Amino acid sequence: MEINTEKEEYTITVYTENQVGLLNRIAIIFSRRKINISSLNTSPSEIAGIHRFTIVVMESRDVVMKIIRQIEKQVEVLKAYFNTNDEIVWQELALYKVLSEEITEKVKVERLLREYGARAVAIRKDFIVFETTGHREETNKLMKALEPYGLVEFVRSARVAIIKESSGFHEKLKDFEEKQPSEEVIENEYLGKREAVFTM
Amino acid sequence: MAIKQLTGAQAVLEACIAEGAETIFGYPGGAIMPIYDALYDYNDKLKHILVRHEQGGIHAGQGYARTSGKAGVVFATSGPGATNLVTGLADAMIDSTPLVCITGQVYAHLLGTDAFQETDIINITMPVTKWNYQVTDATEIPGILAKAFYLARSGRPGPVLIDITKNAQIQSFDYEGYTPCNHIRSYRPKPVIRKNFIDEAVALINNAKKPLVIFGQGVILGKAEKEFKNFIEKSGMPAAWTILGLSALATDHPQNVGMLGMHGNYGPNVLTNECDVLIAVGMRFDDRVTGRLDKYAKQAKVIHLDIDPSEIDKNVKAHVGVWGDCKDTLPLLTSGIQEKDRSEWLKVFADYTQKEYDQCIKEELNPSTEEMTMGEVIRIVNETTKGNAVVVTDVGQHQMVACRYAKFNETRSNVTSGGLGTMGFALPAAIGAKFGALDRTVIAVIGDGGIQMTIQELGTIMQTGVDVKIMILNNQFLGMVRQWQQLFNDKRYSFVDIQSPEYVMVAKAYGIEGAKVEHRKDLQTAIQTMLAHKGSYLLEVMVGKENNVFPMVPQGCSVSEIRLK
Repeated sequence: MEINTEKEEYTITVYTENQVGLLNRIAIIFSRRKINISSLNTSPSEIAGIHRFTIVVMESRDVVMKIIRQIEKQVEVLKAYFNTNDEIVWQELALYKVLSEEITEKVKVERLLREYGARAVAIRKDFIVFETTGHREETNKLMKALEPYGLVEFVRSARVAIIKESSGFHEKLKDFEEKQPSEEVIENEYLGKREAVFTM
Repeated sequence: MAIKQLTGAQAVLEACIAEGAETIFGYPGGAIMPIYDALYDYNDKLKHILVRHEQGGIHAGQGYARTSGKAGVVFATSGPGATNLVTGLADAMIDSTPLVCITGQVYAHLLGTDAFQETDIINITMPVTKWNYQVTDATEIPGILAKAFYLARSGRPGPVLIDITKNAQIQSFDYEGYTPCNHIRSYRPKPVIRKNFIDEAVALINNAKKPLVIFGQGVILGKAEKEFKNFIEKSGMPAAWTILGLSALATDHPQNVGMLGMHGNYGPNVLTNECDVLIAVGMRFDDRVTGRLDKYAKQAKVIHLDIDPSEIDKNVKAHVGVWGDCKDTLPLLTSGIQEKDRSEWLKVFADYTQKEYDQCIKEELNPSTEEMTMGEVIRIVNETTKGNAVVVTDVGQHQMVACRYAKFNETRSNVTSGGLGTMGFALPAAIGAKFGALDRTVIAVIGDGGIQMTIQELGTIMQTGVDVKIMILNNQFLGMVRQWQQLFNDKRYSFVDIQSPEYVMVAKAYGIEGAKVEHRKDLQTAIQTMLAHKGSYLLEVMVGKENNVFPMVPQGCSVSEIRLK
């Protein structure tokens, strides 16, 4: 059987329990194989107590399939999916900080907002913060447009994606026995209480 | 009834008792002192073996798990105690050995402050554990340990590490008893068996003219030796084993055609590339088994049985991937397949065996040279034990020779470091293997390199009085590397010339009897003396310095390019 080695952008969606250290367990599956993660987002999912990772990599289908199985092998992972870009709807959010002086004098802000589908989320005497959401090319365009006017800060979020064909995780979770509620995360409650505790 | 108050430390020991983990291998230290303090009162219920180094402790735990079929339990302190476990964890991870390791950790409020003997053992061991968890509160202990034991032994077994901060060990809490774990929502120990794959596999096997079964440790881990035997006997198929599958099928079974891989037998290697259906059972197509992948069994339809879905298609693409525990899937296959006479196909293997015997095995087992060979030592061991002993091997030439030639009647008789190839494994693993199978003879076969890596465990043997027969096959070289340097690096023997102490004197210093054999005429008596001796015994055998292990599939070559000399 032939192995397809052509690389493509894949979005990996992972449903997990909410556990300390799980991010690392998932990350080392990639780093062990020297695969660069180009975007990573963790967030709650449609089900309380279950987390959703969205990971973007450039890799061949064969490698991604093997990685998916390694991810699913982790004890606290419920399910992992992988999709090409045409199988998902995705967005990234970007923030741009520019100096008010510069931008109000030289650019028609109103035109800028319309053209790039941006919003002003903070307007101050000294600076303005714009926001756009969209695909990488779209958020990049506004960055390019603002560069000549002294873009002070730029930041873009990780990708979040919805799988077009997915009917959510509720049904799947029944398979995993929904009777069992998710476990409470136990964090270290003793940190920063050094003086109060006797030590050896 | 009033609820009992227990400390976290006591709860750890209660969990060990409830799980039937009566033997613990460990080493105390500051951060695990509360557990050791509690252990003082549990002396009648738990047997603690004080090792000489934490690596020795974890290898002993592995040996125990391999012969007993239970999870090995290991205690170590924080910092260096915990980091000394890492090699053993990596070994247990790659060889799917069930272990529960408990490490002490600094007080929870000191985490991240670079406290004395603090290391981030959770993150250090993440890639080499099936699961790990840090406990900072005693109330978590019963539940987490139940989970740890369940994860270690269920599905594809593996090592689990639980790091317990000192405050959690000391803390008292209302103990409501121990409830074993048998379900974790996000964890699937056994994939669901799909009927259509069983049917496809059955059809392939029934239509096969030249099927070959290759099996690994999955058969042993799944306790499916009987199911496996029924399967091959009904179908009449030849079966070859990986190094960890060894002893799952008796050596003298007529369908046992030998060992796969780099130093495996001639027939199974060459014929892997001639069979029409290759049935892999509980094995993972390691590169030492497959040689060059692009020239591996390309002509064959591959059926792969595995409990771990990530193994299917990982190295070799399966035409039919039979997901599931082979204890369940093998009987389904057996009931579907037809009884067939495959004596003609088995005869092809026999012909290869004969060729290998004439050109290779004969001289190794009955050498015409003055120098002794490792093979003849193993032959005499076979003749003396009749194949009933547990053989624990280290890593290197002696390991390959022992695995090739040792005879086994029973399962769980071969203990070796397969995937990781950990030198220094055998001596501590043999100690553990004996504790896991007290009624059996345990022989550790070790090279002169490996013994020096964990020789301190002679102290453990001395103190516990455990009966382990230690056989050092001394060729005065790091033999396997030397063999490669001879064959592939123009005999540039770079740092393989290793000197040894007088092992018999070292053993004597530890109160262990021993002898050294330098001439063939003394060999048989020496082995008989060793095996008849009550208690531990060390036998050093001086073997030929520059003997090589053959056959051999050179690295980067196909299995069919196996060399007999």
